[in-house]
Amino acid sequence: MIQLQQVHRIFEVGDQKVHALDDVSLDIKRGEYIALMGPSGSGKSTLLNIVGLLDRPTSGKYVLDGQNVTALSDQSQAEMRRDKIGFVFQFFHLVPRLNASENIALPMVLAGVPVAERKARVSRILDAVGLTDRAHHRPDQLSGGQRQRVAIARATVMEPAAILADEPTGNLDSASGKDVLDILEALNDNNITLIVVTHDLDIAKRARRRLHMVDGCIDSDTTTGERK
Amino acid sequence: MSTIDILGFALKSLRGYALRTGLMLLAMAIGVAAVVVLTSLGEGARRFVVAEFASLGTHLLIVLPGRSETTGGPPLLLGETPRDLTIDDAVALNRSRAVRRIAPITVGSARVSYRRRDRESIIIGSTREFLDVRHLTMGQGRFLPEADPRRASPVCVLGAKIRQELFGGDKALGQWVRLGDRRFRVIGVLASEGRTIGIDVEEIVVVPVASALALFDTASLFRILVEARTREAIPRAQKDIVDIVRSRHDGEDDITVITQDAVLSTFDNVLRALTLTVAGIAAISLAVAGILIMNVMLVAVSQRTSEIGLLKALGASGRRILVLFVTEAGALSLIGAVLGLVIGKIGGWIVGRLYPALSVSTPWWAIVAALAVALGTGLLFSMLPARRAARLDPVQALSRR
Repeated sequence: MIQLQQVHRIFEVGDQKVHALDDVSLDIKRGEYIALMGPSGSGKSTLLNIVGLLDRPTSGKYVLDGQNVTALSDQSQAEMRRDKIGFVFQFFHLVPRLNASENIALPMVLAGVPVAERKARVSRILDAVGLTDRAHHRPDQLSGGQRQRVAIARATVMEPAAILADEPTGNLDSASGKDVLDILEALNDNNITLIVVTHDLDIAKRARRRLHMVDGCIDSDTTTGERK
Repeated sequence: MSTIDILGFALKSLRGYALRTGLMLLAMAIGVAAVVVLTSLGEGARRFVVAEFASLGTHLLIVLPGRSETTGGPPLLLGETPRDLTIDDAVALNRSRAVRRIAPITVGSARVSYRRRDRESIIIGSTREFLDVRHLTMGQGRFLPEADPRRASPVCVLGAKIRQELFGGDKALGQWVRLGDRRFRVIGVLASEGRTIGIDVEEIVVVPVASALALFDTASLFRILVEARTREAIPRAQKDIVDIVRSRHDGEDDITVITQDAVLSTFDNVLRALTLTVAGIAAISLAVAGILIMNVMLVAVSQRTSEIGLLKALGASGRRILVLFVTEAGALSLIGAVLGLVIGKIGGWIVGRLYPALSVSTPWWAIVAALAVALGTGLLFSMLPARRAARLDPVQALSRR
């Protein structure tokens, strides 16, 4: 489903060129559960951004669902992001002036989903993440774990093919971190591809496939049969 | 994303920053209100002047003895002795078919007395037509009778204030008053009117023109008021008047003809220009409001950087972000403008209450222009911030918390 072929990403910082991704090739199938690890600056966030169509490779090819997306226009890339990919961020990135329901509905608002269907989907998904009673709370009235659950609900409301989570538990205590992972893994059980960037080895161990990056290259790619 | 959703999103973000939105609305509202109030005042002043002139009769021509190049001024007597403008001259003007009616006028001042009360008053000698030409109305009795203007008769019509001062509560009609050394019978009293440009009609005494000439011992009229048949007939009437008088005055052009219309249109133009100038100055405040909007939107873009990054991650294209921000600015300026219209209308109403003579009215073009300029500056000045937002790199935008 996700294919990267000889992808390079070079940033220019002043006069220097930084090779954030150096000839990365990667093949991810639908429904995989991947932990992306590596030290700071190893390029794992850059990889995630390119997979999520937030960033474009300097060279190389990216095929998503059989479609070469490297050459697509800004508009079409935005549509791909909207329909196929859900993002979960370390710092939640909820819109502070919107309540939980409105935050969750935001991707559907952008996609032009009719109001009645929006409401139905929001209430279904609030129920799934256990936040029905928090529907009209604004983010500053929610705990960290609740906020991240709202963010996950928002990421899944468009029924994406893949969820990209950048340190989803990095800002949470361990109990709510575990809740969040449970929800993400439940989604993965429904055949949604899940890619989690993490520093935490315990979290990485839960994934079936682990990618380890150093200096813009994938230096190890291990797959274990069962999720632990 | 539907239009309603775009509007809803814009309004929600405006509500999210209530203080900033309030201040912006205030700036926009003040600008629009200034335009509305100032143009209303200018327009009110213009209408006031035009109405004053119209009350004198818009088809009016004024014939003055003496030749002068400056229109509107008193006849210049620079060494040249103008021929008298006589009653016969006035009567002769009736020959022109462009002329509906004429009213010869002579003016002087004399002592008016009834029993032991007396006062100085302006005496106007004229004919029956004076009533119609000057659009006067009668309070009691009747005006001067239809008669040959060359015939003197001892009747007079009093202004309302003169009647009050001479007779108090007594009956004036039919009484004899003394004007100078002659006696006149009161046959009518003018209705009391508001102010009009020129003479205060409440303080005049009107007598037949021949009587007035005899009273002041002169043969020369002060002027002749001529009413043309239609507005279009004014130039022909003017030419006819000049021709007729020239033929009677041995081929000499020794009169001046002023058209009411020319004076009126001059005033009209001057006041319109004044209104436009004032409106232009007020419009500057709208431009300032536009720049304020730009400033606020720039702040909004940098404050909401991570939100913009998020919207992009959720599938908003650069164009969509642009539309969202421009809509926000557009909504801001439109609401501000409508608010300003309301404030301006209220302000105009208050001024109207304070100075009732000034018929304050906002010309429709001022409302349209104020709204258009407000919306235009809002949209124009939001383009730069909105484009900046649209071009934000989502990765960097999201990395800011």
